[in-house]
Amino acid sequence: MIWITELLILTILLICAVGAIHVKDLLSSAILLGAYSFLMCILWAEMGAVDVAFTEAAVGAGISTAFFIGAIYQTTRRTKD
Amino acid sequence: MIRLYDDLIIQTVCRIMIPFIQLFALYVITHGHYSPGGGFQGGCILGASFILMVIAYDIKWMKKRFSEYTNIFMIAFGVFIYAFVGLICIILGAEYLNYGILHKVLPADPVKVRALATLGIEISVGITVMAVMVSIFLNLATFGKHERGEV
Repeated sequence: MIWITELLILTILLICAVGAIHVKDLLSSAILLGAYSFLMCILWAEMGAVDVAFTEAAVGAGISTAFFIGAIYQTTRRTKD
Repeated sequence: MIRLYDDLIIQTVCRIMIPFIQLFALYVITHGHYSPGGGFQGGCILGASFILMVIAYDIKWMKKRFSEYTNIFMIAFGVFIYAFVGLICIILGAEYLNYGILHKVLPADPVKVRALATLGIEISVGITVMAVMVSIFLNLATFGKHERGEV
């Protein structure tokens, strides 16, 4: 049964990754990257790499989202291209 | 950039949550050699608690508790502990960061000394990572004004 869960997480991960590239709003893009990071963390933990999952949750989903939001506040929220 | 939003719900929740986040970060740092986690992850969580403080309150409010001088001092202090433990191992006649040799100066057997010195390394890495994360966020969020002393 575990492969169904894995396939579900991978599908949502792919949607998040493609959405983060294509969305016009930069704040939504940062939040989608945070969601991508968190799903990646679940995937690492499910594969047995608990230490990597911990790092991904602390750095990817926690710190880097805060850094992205701090950087977006210095620019415009909409992308030009 | 970050102004003082007087949002009661966010500020109260953050005031309750921040001590528990910091306690969990200290747990992750001190149990780094038994369980998943370690200096880097614990330092990131500890830095995230200070970043949460900046987001919920104000930079000035946070600087009263964790000043810029302390921040820069902690960046250098963690690196200093790391290099100091490594250099003591060289002076005692082993390789860099070979902690087992420290049983010559500490009153314990080599296995316990190795675990203890690993804890010291984890703590130093945690201090440096925490201070660097807070420093990066402050410089990023204030558009360089923090570096020039205008905030």
